[in-house]
Amino acid sequence: MLRRFTPLLPAVALLLVFFAGPMLWSVYTAFTDMALTGSVSVDFVGADNFTRMAQDPAFLHSLLLTLVFVVGSAVIGQNTLGLLIALLLRGRGRASRTVVTGLIIAAWAVPETVAGFCWYAFLYRTGTLNQLLQHFGVQQNWLYTTPMLAVILANVWRGTAFSMLVYSAALSDVPPELVEAAQVDGASAWQRLRHITLPMIRRSIVSNLMLITLQTLAAFGLIYVMTGGGPGNASQTTPLYMYQQSFKFYQLGYGTAMALVLLLIGGLFSLIYLRLIKLEDG
Amino acid sequence: MRRIVTFTALSVLILPAAAACDSSTGDGGKTVTVAYQKFGAFTQMDDQMKKVKSQYEAAHPGSTVKLVPIEAAENDYYTKLSLMNRSANTAPDVMYEDTFLVNTDIAAGFLAPIDDHLAKWPDWSQFTDASKTAAKALDGKTYGVPMGTDTRALWYNKDLFAQAGITVPWEPKTWDDILATARTLKAKLPGVIPLNVYSGKAAGEAATMQGLEMLLYGTQDTLYDDAAKKWIGSSPGMLDSLGFIKTIYGEGLAPTPQDALDPNFGSRLSTELLPGGKLAIALDGSWQSGTWLPTGSKPWPQWNTVLGLAAMPTQKGQAPGRTSMSGGWVLSVGSKSKDKQAAFDFVSLALNKDNTLAYDIAASQIAERADVAADPAYLAANPTLKFFTDLVTVTHFRPAYADYPQVSNAIQVAMEAVMTGQQSPQQAVTAFGNQLKQVVGPDKVK
Repeated sequence: MLRRFTPLLPAVALLLVFFAGPMLWSVYTAFTDMALTGSVSVDFVGADNFTRMAQDPAFLHSLLLTLVFVVGSAVIGQNTLGLLIALLLRGRGRASRTVVTGLIIAAWAVPETVAGFCWYAFLYRTGTLNQLLQHFGVQQNWLYTTPMLAVILANVWRGTAFSMLVYSAALSDVPPELVEAAQVDGASAWQRLRHITLPMIRRSIVSNLMLITLQTLAAFGLIYVMTGGGPGNASQTTPLYMYQQSFKFYQLGYGTAMALVLLLIGGLFSLIYLRLIKLEDG
Repeated sequence: MRRIVTFTALSVLILPAAAACDSSTGDGGKTVTVAYQKFGAFTQMDDQMKKVKSQYEAAHPGSTVKLVPIEAAENDYYTKLSLMNRSANTAPDVMYEDTFLVNTDIAAGFLAPIDDHLAKWPDWSQFTDASKTAAKALDGKTYGVPMGTDTRALWYNKDLFAQAGITVPWEPKTWDDILATARTLKAKLPGVIPLNVYSGKAAGEAATMQGLEMLLYGTQDTLYDDAAKKWIGSSPGMLDSLGFIKTIYGEGLAPTPQDALDPNFGSRLSTELLPGGKLAIALDGSWQSGTWLPTGSKPWPQWNTVLGLAAMPTQKGQAPGRTSMSGGWVLSVGSKSKDKQAAFDFVSLALNKDNTLAYDIAASQIAERADVAADPAYLAANPTLKFFTDLVTVTHFRPAYADYPQVSNAIQVAMEAVMTGQQSPQQAVTAFGNQLKQVVGPDKVK
């Protein structure tokens, strides 16, 4: 018994120190009034941070924006677009596959800050989009007039590659005989997709949804670079609000409490997805 | 495989020990750690500290100075410095502190009082009385030696004024004078932004300090009642100040909110709008000209002939007639420093007359030492220094308490609601008062 587990010890130790440690520490911090500066003592304040959150309109607003961002850019945007591209690419010539996949993955490979700045340069007042649109008399700072749409589009642009790769792999596992058999039976393209392809890849759909939801829930850099959460707090999602509270207002305790709530929301999403797959199986 | 596992296991055991060794300085010789900011165009502090390091090491053989330049923008610098200060292993002996955070960091126990050292330092008598209070805490002790300060005023473009037929030198006596001039500029010079007053969250502290506080401290009201130790939420002065913001943004005398709320507006202003003759009046800081010097990020040789300066008048011209706001930085000794005498020796060397003179000139700082302020080299270095130095007599400081960053944010939110027309000044003042109670606690608001 001992010999079997000995090789695992270093990994377990590393996980405990660098993974469980910070997590436990942040759970503890969430129940204190720890501040980055301004006071020497750290007091245990029970659930104060959480009741404060429930009454903080800026936090509730940020939570709503986070949901809009996750549903808009991940669940609808990246997921659907990734699936669509994967479907369209199936059975295409090698050249067109390489070009399209290459372009999409390039957007994914670009560092977050660079991607954010590219979109800023594209959308701001004298940016590329307005240069193109000026012939039509439209001239505005898109990051000011439509901040949420702008960050959602940018995140779809950046993150679609991941979903596309997941779905390309999943689709290659769908046996062509099944699809062909359905075709011979007279099933339309939509029917083949709805009744053959999608059910075959549903596990991939759920794991993809889960991964991109958790990634998007924590997205910070892209929004921070593009709008900084503004104008006002029109694009201040919870990670940005958390950053503001912890590092601009020095309220580490309140910030980590929000992180904990975000963790719970991520867990909730995962449960919903897992439940969906069970329903399908049942 | 086994080798890898063993290696990993060993490194887990060794790494923390190695890290612990690295941060201790127990090798006999004294080490003074100095933390300061180095960011973008702000390299003057770095140059200065490198120079002082060699002076100190020459004067104290066997000792070494370890410089820790923190490369971060202002707000991130505060954060990183606080994080360093939280652990005795990383806490610096000497640190570059913004005066408005001094009280906060004292409350956190990061700074050591230096009164005993100051009493024995003959140079201390050279510092102005106002500057001696800059790092004086509520407990009456002093926690830092000032390096230099700044003031704020109205920069204006004389060429544009001539085109609009306005006589220079321009000397506005009241807020209404400023508005009247801005209206003339708007009528005569289409395509030119008449006046900029920073506003909104995107501008950050610039909106609070160069914007609202420059207005508010020119009324009969302030932000904090020192006697009662309470914040002031809604006051007639606050209402009028927000009213001024509403007027200039509402009448198109200021940049459009879309431009003003761009996070990069500040750098556009100093590199593009002012040098390009696209902005006529800017309510801004004394350090602005640093950008246009040959060493700055946007050299503009003509700046000194094109731009004029006017003091910010009080609201209705009431005494003293002019107003300004000041910030400034100090060098402090860390409370976790093992050898506070060595740390203070470094501070006193870094801020002796010659070093202060060199730094204040390089960084466009307003001198807080009488001997430096009177030095011909200082006065000749930058033609605006005299103007900005004179404003020190009417200047104000921000209420430097731990809650200030959040109060400042609440001010920016109120300004933004007014400039975009979402709220009337009255509504914004009410909302600000409520927000203030939430931030600092109802018992600490007047």
